[in-house]
Amino acid sequence: MRSLVVVAGNTFKETVRDKILYNLVFFAILLIGASLLLGTLTMGEQSRIINDLGLAAINLVAVIIAIFVGIGLVTKEIDRRTIYTILARPITRVQFILGKYLGLAFIIAVNIAIMFTMFLGTVWVSGNVIYGSLFQAVELILVETLLVMAIAMFFSTFSSSTLSATMTIGVYVIGHLTSDLKAIAEKSHSQLTEAVLTALYYVCPNLELLNIKGQAASGVLVEMGYQLTATAYGVLYAGLLLTGACLIFQRRDF
Amino acid sequence: MDAIVVDGLTKTYKPMWPWLKETTVLSDVSLSVGQGEVFGFLGHNGAGKTTTMKMLMGLLRPTRGSIELLGVSADNVAVHARIGYLPEAPYFYDYLTAEEFLRFYGRLAGLPCETVHQRVPQLLDRVGLTEARDRQLRKFSKGMLQRIGLAQALIHDPELIILDEPMSGLDPIGRKEVRDLILSLRDQGKTVFFSTHIVSDVEMICDRVGILAKGKMVTSGRIEDLVNEHVAQSVEVVCDGVVGDKLAEVKSKAIRILQRGERCLMILPGQDHLEEVLSTLRHAGGKLVSVIPHKGSLEEIFLEQTNRRA
Ligand SMILES: Nc1ncnc2c1ncn2[C@@H]1O[C@H](COP(=O)(O)OP(=O)(O)O)[C@@H](O)[C@H]1O
Ligand SMILES: [Mg+2]
Repeated sequence: MRSLVVVAGNTFKETVRDKILYNLVFFAILLIGASLLLGTLTMGEQSRIINDLGLAAINLVAVIIAIFVGIGLVTKEIDRRTIYTILARPITRVQFILGKYLGLAFIIAVNIAIMFTMFLGTVWVSGNVIYGSLFQAVELILVETLLVMAIAMFFSTFSSSTLSATMTIGVYVIGHLTSDLKAIAEKSHSQLTEAVLTALYYVCPNLELLNIKGQAASGVLVEMGYQLTATAYGVLYAGLLLTGACLIFQRRDF
Repeated sequence: MDAIVVDGLTKTYKPMWPWLKETTVLSDVSLSVGQGEVFGFLGHNGAGKTTTMKMLMGLLRPTRGSIELLGVSADNVAVHARIGYLPEAPYFYDYLTAEEFLRFYGRLAGLPCETVHQRVPQLLDRVGLTEARDRQLRKFSKGMLQRIGLAQALIHDPELIILDEPMSGLDPIGRKEVRDLILSLRDQGKTVFFSTHIVSDVEMICDRVGILAKGKMVTSGRIEDLVNEHVAQSVEVVCDGVVGDKLAEVKSKAIRILQRGERCLMILPGQDHLEEVLSTLRHAGGKLVSVIPHKGSLEEIFLEQTNRRA
């Protein structure tokens, strides 16, 4: 447990020193710029557009960090051979993977919290209502980000960083299109296409389940049951992928 | 209990495609290192030293064979708390300063904070990096990296220290410093297992050596024993005033005869025919200049043993 915390702490430190958190500055400028531009619109439109824009930006920034930093967590240690001295310590490979994951998860959670606070500040300053649904949306954004991180980590335990990035982005895109996939598969005339698409539908996580941004932007709450189910879905999926990552990592040679 | 017991260690790499041939880089290596010993692991580049050491540290999975470290199976990573390891050509988190770096490894080794704070300055001093303690590792020279690497391996005061080519990339003074460090570890009762491809590195400081060639352990033991066993002790005889026919009589007994004018130098394979040769020379009217028994060197054994496999 202690080793896990030490690895997580170092991951946190490394990410901070890599200046990942500069994204926050970028995000702040974006928000201020957007709200200045939107000042000319009527109140009702303004609220929805700011909410749409803010949630989308939070989501995008978080997912980008999750994918690129998430992949680097393991592949960089292997490429730079720092993994030799880490694994030469009394730390199991599982502790290593989980420590890395938790370190980044913590950073991303803090990051999302800061972005969200800045966003709420903008909403408030521009004189709009802060809807409860915004909190629901951001909670599912966090869940999606944790899931995407697990996907990135899973791929990076057995493939190069470029390949991992490609596959993670692929799964992310397909994950948002799964319902379309099913529809296309059903309409498809080719058996092969149908089989491939159906397989993808079942293998890739359905990330649209975690996307309630549209509804939340106009202030409509989702049911608590849905919120909990979607959260459980994302967390379980991430847990499964992390288990897979650990199993693969256990068997690897360095 | 021995510090390291390796039995029948084998590593085979399976290629991605099943129709390609698999390569065996280490086959059936067995060795043991006693506690408090300095053991030199000698072999040319590509012999399999790094592979062996990585398997000791659990970085590579053995295809076959067993490894015991300090009486515990190497699969149990808890034993790493008592082992220090310096990988070959190490590379570390370069955004950390020397001090932060050692603290991180100390914490990873399971040391409490106070102990880490106490030991970091001691170790920086021991490897001569006190001045550079606030410098980021990215600004370190190769020799400094090697030294901080050694400090990292020693931060938790391990009983067993495994060093992969600790002298490589160092200048003569640096090599001597590493040798002195290893000797001081031995004085503290630590076990040191290190690899090198340079014979003189082991000759001066090792209790025992193992020679690895092409993934096989060709020989191991105390240096004196190896030298006595393996290289027949040749004798060099120098004599004046014996030429032509007379010399032909002793020719069959010698490995090599060199003649320059009056003087002749011959190398006999051992002491067996020494008396016979000497009396022949005397009878021929020769004047004996010198008789020097030659001891083999580790270098000779190393070259002989590794060439035989080539
Ligand atoms: N992943 C691998 N696949 C195939 N062969 C490898 C692999 N890694 C190392 N080898 C081979 O194993 C042999 C031993 O390498 P190594 O243990 O590094 O030797 P040494 O440390 O004694 O110089 C080399 O011939 C090397 O090419
Ligand atoms: Mg090597």
